[in-house]
Amino acid sequence: MYRSGERQVAHETRETNALVENNGLLRYANALNFYDHPPLFDVTVDEFETTAIDRLRVLAEIESSLARNRTWEELKAITYAQYMKYVPLHTSTFTDAVEERRKDHLGHYVLRLAFCRSEDLRRRFVKAESVLFRVRFEQTEIELRKEFLNSRNFNWIAVTQEEKAQYHQELYSMYQSPKQENRADAFKKEKFSKVRWTRVPDLVEARRVFLKSGWAYVPGREQSSIIFQEFEVQLEKALEATSRLIPRLDEDSRLIPVLDNLSQGFVAGIASEWMNAAGSSSSSDIRAEMVDGLAKKHFPMCMRGMHENLRRDHHLKHFGRLQYGLFLKVLGLSIEEAVAFWRKSFDRMTDDKFSKEYKYNIRHSYGLEGKRANYPAKNCLQILTSSPSDVGCPYRTFSPENLQTALLSMYSQEGLKSSDLPEIMSTVKAGHYHVACTRVFEITHASCGVAKGEGIGGGESVTHPNQYAARSMELGKSKKEDDAME
Amino acid sequence: MDIEADYDHSLPEVMLTYYRRLYPFRPIFTWLNHDHTPTRLFTHREWAFTLAGDVYLRYNSFATAEDLKKQVCDLNPTRFEIGPVYSARPRDRKTVRPSAFQPVQRELVFDLDMTDYDPIRTCCSDADICKRCWAFITAAVRVLDPAIRDQFGYEHLLWVYSGRRGIHLWISDKEALDLTDQERKAIVGWMTVVNSGKDSNKRLSVRTSSKSLPAPLQNVLENLKHTFTTLILRDQDLFASNEAAAALLEHIPDQEIVEKVKTNWINSACSTSEAKWVELLKTVRSSKSSDILQAAMEDIILYYTYPRLDAEVSKHRNHLLKAPFCVHPKTGRVCVPVDPEKVEEFDPEAVPTVAQLLRELDSITPATNSEESGNEHHHSDWEKTSLKPYVDLLNRHASSLMEKTRLEKRTQGSMAW
Ligand SMILES: [Zn+2]
Repeated sequence: MYRSGERQVAHETRETNALVENNGLLRYANALNFYDHPPLFDVTVDEFETTAIDRLRVLAEIESSLARNRTWEELKAITYAQYMKYVPLHTSTFTDAVEERRKDHLGHYVLRLAFCRSEDLRRRFVKAESVLFRVRFEQTEIELRKEFLNSRNFNWIAVTQEEKAQYHQELYSMYQSPKQENRADAFKKEKFSKVRWTRVPDLVEARRVFLKSGWAYVPGREQSSIIFQEFEVQLEKALEATSRLIPRLDEDSRLIPVLDNLSQGFVAGIASEWMNAAGSSSSSDIRAEMVDGLAKKHFPMCMRGMHENLRRDHHLKHFGRLQYGLFLKVLGLSIEEAVAFWRKSFDRMTDDKFSKEYKYNIRHSYGLEGKRANYPAKNCLQILTSSPSDVGCPYRTFSPENLQTALLSMYSQEGLKSSDLPEIMSTVKAGHYHVACTRVFEITHASCGVAKGEGIGGGESVTHPNQYAARSMELGKSKKEDDAME
Repeated sequence: MDIEADYDHSLPEVMLTYYRRLYPFRPIFTWLNHDHTPTRLFTHREWAFTLAGDVYLRYNSFATAEDLKKQVCDLNPTRFEIGPVYSARPRDRKTVRPSAFQPVQRELVFDLDMTDYDPIRTCCSDADICKRCWAFITAAVRVLDPAIRDQFGYEHLLWVYSGRRGIHLWISDKEALDLTDQERKAIVGWMTVVNSGKDSNKRLSVRTSSKSLPAPLQNVLENLKHTFTTLILRDQDLFASNEAAAALLEHIPDQEIVEKVKTNWINSACSTSEAKWVELLKTVRSSKSSDILQAAMEDIILYYTYPRLDAEVSKHRNHLLKAPFCVHPKTGRVCVPVDPEKVEEFDPEAVPTVAQLLRELDSITPATNSEESGNEHHHSDWEKTSLKPYVDLLNRHASSLMEKTRLEKRTQGSMAW
């Protein structure tokens, strides 16, 4: 089935013939791949999906590293560890090399299909993939890099010795060598190449190349700039082309949900559900990118509302931040994860503004700044009596209509039906807000075996949002284990 | 003043007559379109009109030069601006998907404005400009025009006086039209030496790790030294004032030298800029740490003479820029093209005003006639006025673009063959 999709892609690039028959090392001569040609081999839907999920983990980790503002060296180390774990790719040629490279090739193309469908997804995919390529490129030995560069036409023109002599003064004045004292020697050995200046805009902007008639004279050391730029440009173009072909894929009903799930997983920073569904990640630590998934399944209405406001507005006002931040702290988000979570959530803010105005407060709430107090999260009583309505208890502050709408939109996936509403609304009307909240907990956890009146355990009702969330997560975990036993 | 009062450019009928009889719609069309018959470069082009009372109409587009003229005469705007070429006709914007309406092409434009030179000119300030401070613009054109041609290889550069206190540059080469925002930002980065605007500080970040100036700047430095002497030291006599002299010394990274220079200025009773500069040079040359100081002296020349660009105008494809031959609403002067070869001769105060042009028309056609023949074509009325040399300049520029198109078509044709 996937094959038919591939054929169409291949047909579009008019290179079908050359590719159908080729296998093995002839095909994957180098671990580095510019992904110029689509994979043309049969895969099961299963392999299609697992290969893509494995790659998605690596890309999600790259995204979150970028959001955390990690240095290039840190990013490189983390990305290397991640891809060696999930999509290993050794540079040397050994027995499993073909299989590794085949998987790398397939995963990239499946994700192209999943991420070509909106401009935002395309942009993020290109960014993450080009970081991955760059990390791999830098991990590759010089000889193998050269081999790779020779295998593909990057459309650069070697600068002849005569030309180098002609522009000696200009080239030398802009030449930077790693070691100042060897500059003259290094320059003598340096091989320059020419490309149109538009292919190296970064080098031009920084005045790091000599320009003549629109040609940029790029020293060998900077050639990687051309390669990375080319990688991004080619991938952008390819994704746009793929997005125009995608409607033809719709014939295969088995693939569309897989692709939908993949792209949603990326949007949520690979949601926890995906991690769990795919097996291995069972760490009790809560990571920034898991909050989206947890909010949907386990948060009480007040915190669920905060989370949705944060996602909608890309911002949260002071008291909201404080209250939600402390809730997440108690939930188990470490300080590093909290900073990453808020940095990612305030995605319309500059790094500078974030560091100056918000980072301190986050650290403060973890007791790392100021008077270093270990602030507790607010309990229901405090929330019920707090004054700004946007951080209060929704069972109390919402109008009856709004409350019913919000309840259905937030919890119908967890089993809440409109027939449950009259009972909840009557307790609200009587002013028993925590009872209403507890009842919602019971209804939404009926599938975990929670009966009416059991509350959050032993008949206890909700008195703290963290108690609600912790119990919900506990139930979710044991249910998964039970399911696995059966 | 009394005679001119009849043709006050703030009167709607004055502007209307200018648009009907003088504005060179056809040359503007060929300049933007690169061809005789309308292409996407014209039909998908955004025009924005500013009407009296600050009404601003965006996303207009036209099929032909005649359509454009008709609309301009109907709306009678105080001025209008030219935007990018979009992937769909701007006037159909609401009927296409947002993703199908994107800016795709646009001349590469630069804007130089005298207000960025306020800290370093003495003759005028703010919106004023005179023949003397035009010398800053002259110096800028002398640096930018050859640099862009030589370094980027662009050939089709049109310089246009902004009607008041600055100059615009429109580059129409195919590659320049296609530049992305990222590439435009890069070219601005390459061209920028002095950071203007409110964050301007005196440090120039142009030196590479080798501590020498990059080659393109070394080459212009010799010319700029001359500009520095004639313009900054002599004509503007900038450092005669104590504030400006103190600002000059801020560029010197050696406090000992600074103190020495200050003492010498008093002892030798230096009052003119030239005397102060000579004294500074002497003191610097007699000091030991010459490398750093030598660099600082070069940076001073660049700081006071290198073109100051308004970067924001150039960075984005969808920036709108006032069309050539519009009338500046304050001065009444026409935004005429400037020949970079003769930029020294250009006198902003001698640029024709609308009032002057309409009087010239009167002297050849009796005023009574022009009222009746309002709807007729006056294709070449500008030929009879002092607007002619400027329209000729635009026409020559447009012809070279059309010639390029013709050659490209021929090459394509022969390849298809
Ligand atoms: Zn002046």
